[in-house]
Amino acid sequence: MDRDGSALKWLMRVGRHGLWFVPLAFLAIFFAYPLVSILGVGFAPEGKLDLTGLIEIASSSYYLQTLGFTLGQAVISTLLTLLLAVPGAFVFTHYRFPGRSIFAALAALPFVLPTVVVAAAFLALIGPRGLVNQALMSTLDLTQPPIQLERTLTIILLAHVFYNYGVAFRLISAFWANRSLRIEEAARILGARGWRLWWHVRLPILRPALIAAATLVFIYTFTSFGVIVILGGPRFATLEVEIYRQVANIFDLPVASALSVVQIAFMFVAIGLYNRLEKRAGLALAQGAPPGRPPRNPGEWLMIAANQTIVALFLIAPLLALVARSFTTPQGALTLNYYAGLGENLRGSVLSVPPLQAVGTSIAIALVATALTVILGLMAARALTRRSGAPAWLETVFMLPLATSAVVLGFGFNVALDAPPLNLRTSVALLPIAHTLVALPFVLRSIVPALRSLPAHVEEAAQVLGANPIMTFWRIQLPLISRALAVASVFAFTMSMGEFGASLFVARPNNPTLPIAIFRLLGQPGEANYGRALALSSILLFVCAVGFALIERTQPTSDRTY
Amino acid sequence: MRILTMLLMLLLATPALAQPQPTLTVIAHDSFNYTQSVLDTFTEETGIAVEVLRLGDAGLLVNQSILNRENPLGDVLFGVDNTFLGRALDADLFVAYESPLLENVDQRFIVDPEHRVTPIDYGDVCLNYDVAYFDEHAVPLPESLADLTDPVYNGLLTVANPATSSPGLAFLLTTVAVFGEESDYTYLDYWRDLVANDVYISDDWTDAYYNQFSGSLGSLGVRPLVVSYASSPPAEVFFADPQPEAAPTGSIVADDTCFRQIEFAGILNRTDMEAEAQQFIDFMLGQPFQEDMPLNMFVFPVNSEAVLPEVFAEYAAIPDQPVTLTPEQIDAGREAWIQAWTETVLR
Repeated sequence: MDRDGSALKWLMRVGRHGLWFVPLAFLAIFFAYPLVSILGVGFAPEGKLDLTGLIEIASSSYYLQTLGFTLGQAVISTLLTLLLAVPGAFVFTHYRFPGRSIFAALAALPFVLPTVVVAAAFLALIGPRGLVNQALMSTLDLTQPPIQLERTLTIILLAHVFYNYGVAFRLISAFWANRSLRIEEAARILGARGWRLWWHVRLPILRPALIAAATLVFIYTFTSFGVIVILGGPRFATLEVEIYRQVANIFDLPVASALSVVQIAFMFVAIGLYNRLEKRAGLALAQGAPPGRPPRNPGEWLMIAANQTIVALFLIAPLLALVARSFTTPQGALTLNYYAGLGENLRGSVLSVPPLQAVGTSIAIALVATALTVILGLMAARALTRRSGAPAWLETVFMLPLATSAVVLGFGFNVALDAPPLNLRTSVALLPIAHTLVALPFVLRSIVPALRSLPAHVEEAAQVLGANPIMTFWRIQLPLISRALAVASVFAFTMSMGEFGASLFVARPNNPTLPIAIFRLLGQPGEANYGRALALSSILLFVCAVGFALIERTQPTSDRTY
Repeated sequence: MRILTMLLMLLLATPALAQPQPTLTVIAHDSFNYTQSVLDTFTEETGIAVEVLRLGDAGLLVNQSILNRENPLGDVLFGVDNTFLGRALDADLFVAYESPLLENVDQRFIVDPEHRVTPIDYGDVCLNYDVAYFDEHAVPLPESLADLTDPVYNGLLTVANPATSSPGLAFLLTTVAVFGEESDYTYLDYWRDLVANDVYISDDWTDAYYNQFSGSLGSLGVRPLVVSYASSPPAEVFFADPQPEAAPTGSIVADDTCFRQIEFAGILNRTDMEAEAQQFIDFMLGQPFQEDMPLNMFVFPVNSEAVLPEVFAEYAAIPDQPVTLTPEQIDAGREAWIQAWTETVLR
């Protein structure tokens, strides 16, 4: 310990004066600098300020409509997701029943899938020639498929719930698992039942987690891209979609920059509002509530069955349809062919490396990104939750990478990070860095509410007993939030494994990540390419499921309720 | 903290660990693909190592390169096609090089007389059809673009959005070339009729081909006509296990229905490896690489001496008379056509 004495002192000093400086510097270098550089090109193409882009979008009703649609679908998607995730998390944290943990693990998986694969899964299930329509047509003797959701707002919303359910579910159950039983008991004794119990007791207690989940789902759906263009079709456009079109196709950087600024400003205000709500919500939680009990009466069984049916229909069925197709030939026979070829680099395999190599690449990048995100996230979260810590707006700033168009950021990297000491444009380091940027908001949303709800006397007691702030954090607070930390790691790992947008827009050497490999296979005609893309998608799902299981196991046993 | 510092240092140090051998950097779009052993022969013969960087699709590749023209990402760019060539030439991205191997290349492919770019491959964007559908139904194959507005093809066609897809743009350009902008029946009139005939607009080729088109093996799509490539039918045979006797899809190569995309490579301005870059251009035009391309990218070689693989010779068709527009015409009209198309078809 002696040898580390001076290092510890130094750490303490950093800790006291602003641990937040490290994550903020990271954000400044890898987010703000590239973003400002590319916006600079957009707003001052010839070195002089030129606001034609802003004027163009302000004078067009089309962009106002786009903003309205973006906002509307994001609000509805967020509400729908919470509406399904709250009962899911309730059932999961309050009862024990068969298949409970499998359901929980599967619910988070959709998040990693590339949209075009999700589109294929939906098509296999509810498309005009999908399983459901064929079954309905043959049993009801219909000539037209009864379910026609293609190109509708409904399918956009369905897909948003499909993607984001796991995020909301995880955040809320992590919070609920630490609930205080005494408050609920007291409320019951005082006569609270049914909806009163929910409205006056359960939901208010849950508020920090609800707000955290709503923020993330809102940002995610506000900036939705793949779901909109592939499932919604070209008639629907969010701001993100419009920015992409301006950058990639029309190459009108002034308009793209103006739209980006509008999107970021809008998100800044929205996230700021959420953060204010969240701060007012702090409520002390007990640690390690009992792990739920078996359901006692038919009513409880019915509630669980209803909830699991919804999860199975909306989340698990499309995943199963996808995995099933990866084992099926066009003629309907069982096959392992799509998996068999993945280990070799066949001539004309569409990739210059064996497809399986992408699995290793993705895992390596995801591990680095997870470590980096959790370390930076802890530093930021600690600073944000101390009274004398970081300024309040900082929390909002950390969310902004998620609110920024991936293509804009990708172009920003290429424009800004092009000279020593930051000549990173072509470096393998760029992908973990980009992934860390998008995962950091998720990690913060998991850790900050948990840290905030730790009772103040825990820290005070430790310090009275002689522990310094670092030791208090390391020995006391960190173990107390281990569940939130596990959730944070799961998010970071998943985000990195499934990240596609930013990965596509930075220069990549020969070894593609899994989503990029899937994308490239789907870019060529031929049944084997399609099959291999689905096989790789199934492998992506499998790796993430294993990742979840491993991360969950690292939790202390006393704290592990699922 | 210490771990973080080390991590960061490690990350920052990676570009410094470059190979000692001279390394030529080739930037390309995502579909660029090759057989590694073929590329290795270049390094063996010249001592020049090659690093390939991929960067989005052809449009993104050109746009990023224009933004970075003062400090390019690499030495050679591969994958700009004739639909975006004008933009790249306007931005003065390339230094001229006239390869001696161009003598084996048909004059039609040499689009830039100053040789700032060198043609490497070409492909024709054509209608593809589901063979089984047209066998089973009493519907003749369409023989012209105008045919597609006939009610018998109502609801049968899928095309990709020209604003976001390269074959989609090529098809829009075909309609511009065939119907014109100022005739009695303009390309926009034609598109209005296509919409009235229930054309399906996908956002990208992948969705159009795999999810909407019914012809690809195992597809759940319901539309038997799609805009794809003339080389897609051989891919359907090549990428099937077991390989079928006959291709499940066919391409329509009637006059004035296809658009020829030519892909070029260019030496990026400000490279300090111009001589090495010229050697690489020669290598790309050489027979080994040209013969390797078809099965890796499903394109046709421009070098007339290159021998086509069997599956291409048997199943691929080449249109006699694809439509042509010069890069200047395309560059002058592209954004306005896409905008007008978007207003007409989507809104």
